[in-house]
Amino acid sequence: MAYLELDRVAKQFGAQTVVDDFSLSVGKGEFISFLGPSGCGKTTTLQMIAGFLDPTRGAIRLEGKDLTAIHPAKRGLGIVFQSYALFPHMTAAENVAFGLEMRGVPRGERAKRVRAALAMVGLSGYEDRHPRRMSGGQQQRVALARALVIKPSVLLLDEPLSNLDAKLREEMQIELRQIQRTIGTTTILVTHDQNEAMSLSDRIVVMSQGRIEQIGTPQETYEKPASAFVSQFLGKTNDFAGTIDRTVAPTQLVAGSWRAPAPAGLGGAVTVSVRPERIGFGDTGLSAKIITRIFQGNHWLFQCDSECGPAIVIRQNDGKAQPAEGDAVRLTWRSEDMSVRARAGA
Amino acid sequence: MSRNGPLALIFHTVFVIVMVAPILVVCLVAFTPEGFLSLPTNGFSLRWFRTIANYPEFIHAFWVSLGLGALSSLVALLFAVPAALAIARYRFRGRDALAALFLSPLMIPHVVLGIAFLRFFTSAGLGGTFAALIVAHVIIVFPFALRLTLAAATGMDRTVEMAAVSLGAGGWTLFRRVTLPLILPGVISGWALAFIQSFDDLTMTVFLAAPGTETLPVRMFLYIQDNIDPLVTSVSACVIAITMTALILLDRIYGLDRVLAGKGDTGR
Amino acid sequence: MSMAAEERSLRAPWVLTVPALMLFVGVLLIPLAMTVMLSFHDWGQYKGIEPVFILKNWHEIATDPYYAEMFWRTFRIAILTTLLTAVLGAPEAYILNRMSGRWKSFFLLVILGPLLISVVARTLGWALLFGGNNGLVNKLLMSLGVMRSPIPFMFTETGMIIALAHVMMPFMVLSVWAALQRLDPQIENAAMSLGAGPATIIRRIIMPQILPGVLSGAIIVFSLSASAFATPAIIGGRRLKVAATLAYDEFLNTLNWPLGAAVATLLLVALVLIVVGSNALIERRYAEVFR
Repeated sequence: MAYLELDRVAKQFGAQTVVDDFSLSVGKGEFISFLGPSGCGKTTTLQMIAGFLDPTRGAIRLEGKDLTAIHPAKRGLGIVFQSYALFPHMTAAENVAFGLEMRGVPRGERAKRVRAALAMVGLSGYEDRHPRRMSGGQQQRVALARALVIKPSVLLLDEPLSNLDAKLREEMQIELRQIQRTIGTTTILVTHDQNEAMSLSDRIVVMSQGRIEQIGTPQETYEKPASAFVSQFLGKTNDFAGTIDRTVAPTQLVAGSWRAPAPAGLGGAVTVSVRPERIGFGDTGLSAKIITRIFQGNHWLFQCDSECGPAIVIRQNDGKAQPAEGDAVRLTWRSEDMSVRARAGA
Repeated sequence: MSRNGPLALIFHTVFVIVMVAPILVVCLVAFTPEGFLSLPTNGFSLRWFRTIANYPEFIHAFWVSLGLGALSSLVALLFAVPAALAIARYRFRGRDALAALFLSPLMIPHVVLGIAFLRFFTSAGLGGTFAALIVAHVIIVFPFALRLTLAAATGMDRTVEMAAVSLGAGGWTLFRRVTLPLILPGVISGWALAFIQSFDDLTMTVFLAAPGTETLPVRMFLYIQDNIDPLVTSVSACVIAITMTALILLDRIYGLDRVLAGKGDTGR
Repeated sequence: MSMAAEERSLRAPWVLTVPALMLFVGVLLIPLAMTVMLSFHDWGQYKGIEPVFILKNWHEIATDPYYAEMFWRTFRIAILTTLLTAVLGAPEAYILNRMSGRWKSFFLLVILGPLLISVVARTLGWALLFGGNNGLVNKLLMSLGVMRSPIPFMFTETGMIIALAHVMMPFMVLSVWAALQRLDPQIENAAMSLGAGPATIIRRIIMPQILPGVLSGAIIVFSLSASAFATPAIIGGRRLKVAATLAYDEFLNTLNWPLGAAVATLLLVALVLIVVGSNALIERRYAEVFR
């Protein structure tokens, strides 16, 4: 039974369709990420759930009840905005207390819950601080406490970590995940950062140009991308043009001088996608020449010129000797490490 | 940034002296111990400030100006704040025309406004009344009230309001607890600037004021038309002192350049 | 409770602006329309205002050279005042912008502050400084050897222009100042690194970028000077009339309201045409600088 359900939701601004045919079931306690480049419709979808925008078509249901009929102020969702949107004229405690006050929670209980919420995000002792006098990370925590203290049915996070520096962002990711696990609030995160989506979510909704490209666990979307877009967007990938050769038995997949038994159900021109870290140097396979070799501490990054076009290879720095720039190499990978799709336009 | 050369500094010094000179000379002459217009060469005297007390029409005019400025600015804000919120937030048909209309009193010569109001209020049987003055001043200070409120409303982070809505605030609560506090610096500055504009207006008011409702600038102007003596300089010195105080306060609250330019944000 | 957001955003702006709109229609547009109508009414010394539709007042303004001369004087004074503020105000704004933080805000306060000080008080200051042949200005100029004999300032166009330029100067400085704020602070260094000298930098880099600011300041100064009342009335006295003081006299001394209304209407129409026209011109010419 779906907890939050989006049923063929679409949003148009004038003639422009920003979100189209968006269907998703979210289970209670699940952590979902909407992942995609800017302008893909992820924030618009979030705003429709929050009620700041009305869907042009489709329905949004929470526990079976139509959410679109409810005023945004009555939906009881917790939202953390990209800009944090803290009330600058109120202290941290007053910010967190605001939602409770709107719900008519008595003063005594309010104070207790505010203190607990601030403690949960590690801000005990900052009650009387004004947002302007707090760091970005602290403001972020206040915003989170403010959204969570009202015990929201769903927590909506709109690029909450994008204004933090890299190190702080990583810390907050871990903390966010822990808090979410502890209290079990159903959470939707909007982000353009694939690492963030992968490290936080139970499932990722990859979006492009207003449509869902793929819904799946982080591992599924990474290992088995449903489209070229997904494989490109989630990390680096190599796309090689190949063909299915039916003149031999068993049929073979051919890409340059690399060959493998063909997967079932495909024929003719195909695209072979392989992640750079799954490619190894071997005695047979795609012939290539190493153009540049970059040392990156825990791994090496090779840019190669292969017979099927440019290729990127990542090798763990395991202390062994690596080929040098200018070396001729053979690129090889296991069949289970690639995904093969029919080539568009061929 | 490179420094100004000596020529530039000389130009600047002369410029500032010329800008300040007329104001300074009024204040200096006000302290003359003599019975005629002269710079106080033989010590300062407060006699002309004491003389003001013998002219109740100046004192009455001062109170009229003060009440008129405070009230008309307040009324102007009551109309301007909602209008500014609408213009800042919504893209609706007629928005630009509406904004142009609301700012138009800046473009219409005050002589024309004075004549128009004189004609209008006389026909309505309200000629020379305080109520007529209030309405007329609401119109001329409205653009100032609107501009500063608009700047604050435009600069405001809308997601803060969205956050408040998501936490359950709506309607009047939202306005009172979140929106108004956020635009308050702009609103207060708008009030102050509107007050100063109303307090200083001569051109329009001179058409509307009757003997009982003469404002201070009108009284001063009529007095100067008859003769210029140290009394009017001491009154002017008082006006300058009041304005300067307001100015410094305004600068502290909001930053004078932003007030005068009518732009800027709420300082987030 | 289920009013759609779209519906809300259609109605809300009107709910919020209708009070102000009604205020403006009721007590601004209607009075202005009444004034235009008034200019077509008849007036006589004994009969007062007669609500008829005649062109008598407009005919008088069009044919009597007194009015042509008076309007020409009004605009001549406004143009010269505008030039004076531009020539002095623009360099001052530039110098001000190059000062270090604390001095900058201090002098900005000193120069812009007078904007908020009563025009009557400021003009009174000039009346004191001019004050006949042994006024301070004449004494100073003679002791500096700038001239031999005193020149009259009171009741002259020269005096009016100087006092008006002083009153209007803050608008010009402010407008150029705003244009300077949009300048990339590194732009002068960029020009310098390419080998430009100070004069070239000002002429080729700074001037073109602040020109829109000077022009929009000029429009403000011009329109305010052309309709100025207090300064011409105090410095010009009863002898040297401009449009605003003439309208004042017609209304409060001669009591020929229809003629005064015609003068005012003409002033309003002329100013609106000039301001809207030059605004459009500037925006077309400098569209890329403005946005």
